[in-house]
Amino acid sequence: MNVPENLRFAESHEWVREETDGTVTVGISDFAQEKLTELVYVELPETDRQVTAGEEVAVVESVKSASDIYAPISGTIVEVNTALEDDPTLVNSSPWTDGWLFRMRPDDPASVSQLMDAAAYENMTAE
Amino acid sequence: MTELHLSPLNSRHRDLGGRMVEFAGWSLPVQYTGIRPEALAVRSAGGVFDISHMGQLLVHAAAPGIAAAALDRLLTSSVSRLKPGEGQYSLLLNEQGGIIDDLIVYCLNETTCFLVVNAAMVDEDVAWLTRHLPEYVELQNRSDQFGGIAVQGPQAAAWFEKIQRDAGDPQPAVLPPRFGILDLPRRTGPFYVCRTGYTGEDGFELFCPGEFLGLWWDAVIEAGATPAGLGARDVLRLEKCYPLNGSDLTPERTPVECGLSFAVDFSKPEFIGRSAVLQQKQQGPAHRLVAVRQTGKAPPPRHGYAVFHNETRVGTVTSGGMSPVLNCGIALVWMETGHHREGTDLMMEIRGKRFPCRVVRKPFV
Repeated sequence: MNVPENLRFAESHEWVREETDGTVTVGISDFAQEKLTELVYVELPETDRQVTAGEEVAVVESVKSASDIYAPISGTIVEVNTALEDDPTLVNSSPWTDGWLFRMRPDDPASVSQLMDAAAYENMTAE
Repeated sequence: MTELHLSPLNSRHRDLGGRMVEFAGWSLPVQYTGIRPEALAVRSAGGVFDISHMGQLLVHAAAPGIAAAALDRLLTSSVSRLKPGEGQYSLLLNEQGGIIDDLIVYCLNETTCFLVVNAAMVDEDVAWLTRHLPEYVELQNRSDQFGGIAVQGPQAAAWFEKIQRDAGDPQPAVLPPRFGILDLPRRTGPFYVCRTGYTGEDGFELFCPGEFLGLWWDAVIEAGATPAGLGARDVLRLEKCYPLNGSDLTPERTPVECGLSFAVDFSKPEFIGRSAVLQQKQQGPAHRLVAVRQTGKAPPPRHGYAVFHNETRVGTVTSGGMSPVLNCGIALVWMETGHHREGTDLMMEIRGKRFPCRVVRKPFV
């Protein structure tokens, strides 16, 4: 599996990318999208919402099931990927780039480094 | 948990990358490449489904017409009217008129009927039939001996012909007419070809011992059929408003409520559930199973979602999904009479939010 090395990961399969402006971008891994199968709907959070790490913030729905997406860290939602409203399958076709879900401003920038690195995530999903 | 039944096609599913799930005690593929592309392939050309989980029962009596006459007292349709080689959709009801199972009954010959029933209901159907059939009628549960595939789509009949032709059969079999059954016995056992399916497309279902099943599975894929999983099967049947037993049909719901009166022959003097269903037909049911389509961008409808008229809850989704053909959410809804008419605008509640939807004519597609 190709897991980008510049990303951090939550156990619930969200990835986090640190941006130069101090915000972070959040998506779900290739492993997760593959397990979910083709998405038909993505429900994204409201911007300006304050969220705590582990809180349910979004829902992704395939034909067969609805799955919760959790905030990987605590912070404020600053932007959501509105392109997913028209094409939720972007999450399937490009989970690491165009299929991102939302951007957050972390309460504590150091919280990102407490997430798994790419090697650890790859190990976790290799089983 | 008890061990799952494995289909004779199990290794083929794995080779094809099938995503295996548990369904009615069986391990079966929910999809191979994707539910949407598989469903669209069935509508445009054709697909093949593993239906080895379906149950097969034989009902036999020594004298002609006896088995059919006995089934006439247990099923809603008129089994005695079937000629050898014909079949029909039928329902097994309890005394209150509630639906135990929906099935297809075939007249194989003058002394024997063949029933294809839902996988999850085999044991219950057998128990009910055993209890109510007269002792001079023999019931055999053959579910373990039969595997099955459903070849569905506009190309299905052409593929059947081609496979016969390519096999060099000097007298190739011809598909029976709609709801018909053809018995092409092999040395190792029966080989039933039925002109039936659960997708609303033309096609056929084969029921035979596992060894032949694999050959046919390979042959129809070679001819052009797309392997399709349970996910595609479910959304295809929903587009056609074919009910799913256990979700849309339950022992508390009657054929009148579920829009299945076409499968009930009220001219028969007696069958279990008749008086309850007849009374309800005359008085009008309090609930109806209706087709509802989402009219705006919304999460897909799912079993259990509530449907509202203003602030009053008037219905519950029994089956839902995103239609690959229509590209919108579709659902069967258990609706209070009065809100069931085509064109009625309602709201569906999904995770605390309301989304607009409308009662539409069946089927969706």
